[in-house]
Amino acid sequence: MAAYKKDRARIRQITAIVLTIDNMTASLPIDVERRAQVAAALLARLPARCVLSDPEDTRPYECDGLAAYRQLPMIVTLPDSEEQVLAILNVCRELNVPIVPRGAGTGLSGGALPIADGVVLSTARLNRIVRIEPFARTAVAQPGVRNLAISEAAAPHGLYYAPDPSSQIACTIGGNVAENSGGVHCLKYGLTVHNVLRVRVATIDGDIIDLGSDALDSPGLDLLAVFIGSEGMLGIVLEVTVKLVPKPAAACVIMASFGDVVTGGNAVASVIAAGIIPAGLEMMDRTSARMVEPFVKAGYDLDAAAILLCEADGTPLEVAEEIAHMTAVLEGAGASAIAVSATEAERLKFWSGRKNAFPAAGRISPDYYCMDGTIPRKHLAHVLLGIERMEATYGLRCANVFHAGDGNLHPLILFDANQPGEFARAEAFGAEILALCVEVGGTITGEHGVGMEKINSMCVQFSRAELDAFFAVKRAFDVPFLLNPDKAIPTLNRCAEFGRMRVTGGRLPFADLPRF
Amino acid sequence: MQQIETWRAQVLEAAAAHRPLRIRGGGTKDFYGQALDGDILDTRAHAGIVDYEPTELVLTARCGTPLADIEAALAQHHQMLAFEPPHFGAGATFGGAIASGLSGPRRATSGAVRDFVLGAVLMDGAGQVLTFGGQVMKNVAGYDVSRLLAGSMGTLGLMLQVSVKVLPRTRIEATLRFACSEIDALLKLNEWGGMPLPISASCWHDGVLTLRFSGATAAVAAALNSFGGETVPDCAPFWASVREQQHPFFDGDTPLWRLSVPSITSALILPGRQLIEWGGALRWLKSDVDAATIRRTVSAAGGHATLFRGGDKSVGVFQPLAPAVHRIHQRLKASFDPSHIFNPGRVYAHANQSR
Repeated sequence: MAAYKKDRARIRQITAIVLTIDNMTASLPIDVERRAQVAAALLARLPARCVLSDPEDTRPYECDGLAAYRQLPMIVTLPDSEEQVLAILNVCRELNVPIVPRGAGTGLSGGALPIADGVVLSTARLNRIVRIEPFARTAVAQPGVRNLAISEAAAPHGLYYAPDPSSQIACTIGGNVAENSGGVHCLKYGLTVHNVLRVRVATIDGDIIDLGSDALDSPGLDLLAVFIGSEGMLGIVLEVTVKLVPKPAAACVIMASFGDVVTGGNAVASVIAAGIIPAGLEMMDRTSARMVEPFVKAGYDLDAAAILLCEADGTPLEVAEEIAHMTAVLEGAGASAIAVSATEAERLKFWSGRKNAFPAAGRISPDYYCMDGTIPRKHLAHVLLGIERMEATYGLRCANVFHAGDGNLHPLILFDANQPGEFARAEAFGAEILALCVEVGGTITGEHGVGMEKINSMCVQFSRAELDAFFAVKRAFDVPFLLNPDKAIPTLNRCAEFGRMRVTGGRLPFADLPRF
Repeated sequence: MQQIETWRAQVLEAAAAHRPLRIRGGGTKDFYGQALDGDILDTRAHAGIVDYEPTELVLTARCGTPLADIEAALAQHHQMLAFEPPHFGAGATFGGAIASGLSGPRRATSGAVRDFVLGAVLMDGAGQVLTFGGQVMKNVAGYDVSRLLAGSMGTLGLMLQVSVKVLPRTRIEATLRFACSEIDALLKLNEWGGMPLPISASCWHDGVLTLRFSGATAAVAAALNSFGGETVPDCAPFWASVREQQHPFFDGDTPLWRLSVPSITSALILPGRQLIEWGGALRWLKSDVDAATIRRTVSAAGGHATLFRGGDKSVGVFQPLAPAVHRIHQRLKASFDPSHIFNPGRVYAHANQSR
């Protein structure tokens, strides 16, 4: 508690809710002659308003939500039609220029980090909702449409688009497709891959193809499934058809406190074992609860080691039945206190702390590093205790928020980039958390993507043969290897380099993990 | 494991000789797809549930595990495969259910096979054992190759092991039946789809609409009250007969076509008889009419037609792909299976069959 107060004294307002360190990676210089050549070729086929090459104009594109990684792009293109997208692809293919697609730039893994000799293709002007079809329960949107805008447009019909990443007011549907975005309701309602019917794609060859359809399946291989979550490396999204679902008439949330994380983790298992699939099932540890409470005043139990939020939605009758069932299960699982939201305002208040965990971290710490591992839920206590040990090792604090329903953990490592060496320690701390996630059978990224940030950790999770298979998938779509080519899948050299740097716990840094 | 090593040797030998392998479980879906070609590689030698913890909602099993064993293990914990895979025979295996990518009556509301696949271990054409995805619900590390394997008909490699998400069985299930024209049924099913109703399956045939409701006690009771109609007692056998194609509609030797269309597609005017599932999105057609007529009608509606059972397969069991999409298929096949040994020609003849 003392440490907590001392840290609160250091609170300073920051505007960005993510890392805010400048020059963490040195931006490579731009080849001015090459830029002039490519810009001229683009301007021959596009109006001037669609091509930015002056550093003053391209500077805003030098990073995405992971601002620690920055690179000034050679050129930024802003197409406002499909024809212009094809023109950009054709020019880049002819001149062998790499392309980095970009939506709203809210991604947290550096997936939209520019390439020094590359072109950024922003979908910002492809921002039209093409149509809402209430009878078919679908919406057709261009890639630059914001996630929330789809639900807003569907609302008059009593429908909405279910995946709700926390950045949904800003993030775009094209970016959601690239990252297979989730949200707090995906245990019940699924991820992007479960809610997209069709994607219209421009390939690097300049073809327009439909993956998926308005029917529930398509002939041949399910290319839509592999395209979703491919981080802009397989094609440019031109249009997305999403499923809309009926808006539940009612929702209610239970807030339960637990004396230790093991009991809290077991309570999650008990809810599932009782045959309940909650609309939302989230956990916060004590550090998180104490971090957010001063700002949101949600009435969190600050003595609890873990707080569980468990939501039911549906018809009022269904909700009442499910809440009674959940309450009984949570009481039986050893909850030390239980509160049920009585009104919609109270429900939102209970959620406010969880939803504001990231901004709150920004308020109590100059910087923070948001991790995103997924683990089998049964290992929750083991992983949380491991993170606690690492806090001592690295001399940094970590607040944990957890999509408990689907095992997706978001440790927030708090640090101060102005203190020499702290960012490096935070990065090493994060990499060790991810290694622990893999060790217990989990994965290095649940929903934020690999991008540039976790590309080294891919060497931990996958064998060389598996990484080569990913490259083969990429080449099946992108033979010239020009679409976001330096992201997500590490090369042999990179893994070898990473292996030399990374030694943890006396284990061989780069031993091939047994896979079978 | 010994079995894996045996298969690796078999794969390498086949690759060296360019001799096809026909990956096969119980053979219950031999009727489905284009040509059967090659020496049989029987997946049943590699069976068993590897990991199943009900509270994780994840089950991992080897390819040759009998599907019935998996369903029995799940039933013990009141859980299920929500995509309700058809068995089409007593020997159906887990690997076959994933590879065929076929889903049952709950598909329209719960999702298809691919929606539940979380991870897979694959032996590729070079005999390498590759792990994709995992045993967790959310995973965006690398491309989602495991979902790509669902419905791949064994053409990309030998699936050794698959992890799937499982779900609790719904508390209450009830089925209603009422007289309804095809046009009314399609209209109503789409209207209901936009309302928060606990409908979990639908079947229209011969002027009768049958609906299954699943969910919380109160929600199902309320729906039963408001819908009226005749309650079907002990409804499980009816839905099993639809899923397993033992319903009388499926009897006889007339070719069976599977028409996958947008649910709002109005009644398809084609000679023959129809049975409609998935809220209008799946139409089974028993008809002798020519493939071109069927495919023209279905394509115009934005769907595709598969010659599911019987008939003359030379017309192409699966609808041809657009050339640019076909090229991606060919490159994927070539990289996972460079010697073209795995079930070649089961889906599309590998060379130049695009339109």
